Amino acid sequence: MSFIDAQELRKIYQTRSGPVRALDGLSLDIEQGQVVALLGPNGAGKTTTVKILTTLARPDGGSARVAGHDVVRDAAAVRRLIGASGQYAAVDEDLTGRENLELVGRLYQLGRREARRRAAELLEQFQLAESADRPVRGLSGGQRRRIDLAGALVVDPPVLFLDEPTTGLDPSARAALWDVIRERVHAGVTLLLTTQYLEEADRLADRIFVIDRGRVLATGTADDLKARVGGLRVEVTVANDDDLPRLSDAVAALTPNDTVVHDRTITAALPDPAGALLRIIRCAQDAGVELHDAGVRRPTLDDAFLALTRREGVA
Amino acid sequence: MSSNSVSGWLGDVAALTRRNILGLRRSPEVVMFSIMQPVLFVLMFNAVYGGAVAIQGGDYTNFLMAGIFAQTMVFSSLISGITMAEDISKGIVDRFRSLPMHPSAILVARSLADLLVGVCSIVGMLITGLIVGWRWNGGLGALLAGIGMLLLFAWALSWLMIALGTFLSGSQATQGAGMLIVMPLSFLSNAFVPIESFRGWLRVFVEWNPVSALVQCVRGLFGNLGTAPVPQVWPLLHPAPATIGYAVIAAALFGAAAQAAFRHRLSR
Repeated sequence: MSFIDAQELRKIYQTRSGPVRALDGLSLDIEQGQVVALLGPNGAGKTTTVKILTTLARPDGGSARVAGHDVVRDAAAVRRLIGASGQYAAVDEDLTGRENLELVGRLYQLGRREARRRAAELLEQFQLAESADRPVRGLSGGQRRRIDLAGALVVDPPVLFLDEPTTGLDPSARAALWDVIRERVHAGVTLLLTTQYLEEADRLADRIFVIDRGRVLATGTADDLKARVGGLRVEVTVANDDDLPRLSDAVAALTPNDTVVHDRTITAALPDPAGALLRIIRCAQDAGVELHDAGVRRPTLDDAFLALTRREGVA
Repeated sequence: MSSNSVSGWLGDVAALTRRNILGLRRSPEVVMFSIMQPVLFVLMFNAVYGGAVAIQGGDYTNFLMAGIFAQTMVFSSLISGITMAEDISKGIVDRFRSLPMHPSAILVARSLADLLVGVCSIVGMLITGLIVGWRWNGGLGALLAGIGMLLLFAWALSWLMIALGTFLSGSQATQGAGMLIVMPLSFLSNAFVPIESFRGWLRVFVEWNPVSALVQCVRGLFGNLGTAPVPQVWPLLHPAPATIGYAVIAAALFGAAAQAAFRHRLSR
């Protein structure tokens, strides 16, 4: 059995507008020491999955085990092994960073002195020593997230769950947090993180589960997923919005299937990308459409993600 | 629970109570308003009803104070509900619950920390009362016993509010629903006017209202009862055991309700 093992998880939330299937038969298998990203749009079921695996929510169907312990029947054993942080499990804004970490230590049943020592150590390690004694409310987004993450590491748990650890951070704060996360990964923890950022999944994860509507659409490494959506892409960007329909019709005429229009950019997977690019440029020239950018590129995780979730949307 | 997990539970309660008190200290406006409100009530009621309500064998200021004390305990229990709802909606409770701690400690720590707010407002009222001319006619022991009764009642009622806050999980909704409870509870009582002012079924409600028993009990301990005859109903004839009884029943009932709501609400 896998280290983290979820089978056919189902979860239905009753809302005013009727029942919502948050999870619809979602299964995961994660080996010890792996770094796994759950990737999906808002409402895909990422947070619900993490809440079930961290014992905070009960599944309506299916089962899940963390390190061999059932998350429902053996919840107490699971809690001793995991560290969790993120959107749904927040830090206390009225407390200072130090007080937050000491409190978490106490609730992990560390003694007072040990909790204090560990908090100081983490604050040092996360370069938070200077702001350690200010209420979290007044700290920057990056500092808050670091305290949040430090809270998940108080007892060095072998399993970490991070729910959207970098959402809302600026690029430099995000990169700094990635470094901290990588460090834990080198230390051998098993990590499950959720993210809406493809780049984050690409950079950090050994394996990605693409999730939408409570189900796993695809799983594999970033390269696997990119390979699944085929070879090179042709990408053209028009200078004026008005020209977009004319050109996208022309591109769609070349390939009816894999055309994605986003903002002012048309992306298409074509059998002969170089030839197609030339034809599109000529077509634009004839029609008097001004191009902002045009080229051939390798597929990104974005392409894979869009292709996977789009197909699901049509079905 | 084994002895090990009892000490673990106590440790959780201590750590979380400390956290709650720190939180109250960092948002002093909560504590400030809960002190200012009763001070305002003392001044207002004293001015408005002071001349209008005749108290047999006593004066209105002395009569009023026990009522304001009781009303303040009732109102300040709202804080427990509101902060509980906030902690749930902000995800702080979920953070705690993902740790190997005892979830019931979250609720107990809430009820204990908010007693501190009660103590602060009692001190504020004592000072204001003495300034406007209130005097208690008993020993220091009786005064402290009265304060003890008030705090016991506040603690018991905070369980109702914690249950409500857990069930509603939104601080606005909790405040609104809580007001619907604390307003009739404190105003349909003998807190501000003698019980003889009520008629018919309202009179029955007032006589059996736990707040009336508390007010009667504290008024007696403070020596502010006057000479009006005591209504012939058990809770007012025996206000001390009645108050303790009400408090124990409320704490047990609403404590269990809060636990159930907590377990149900949060395992979803």
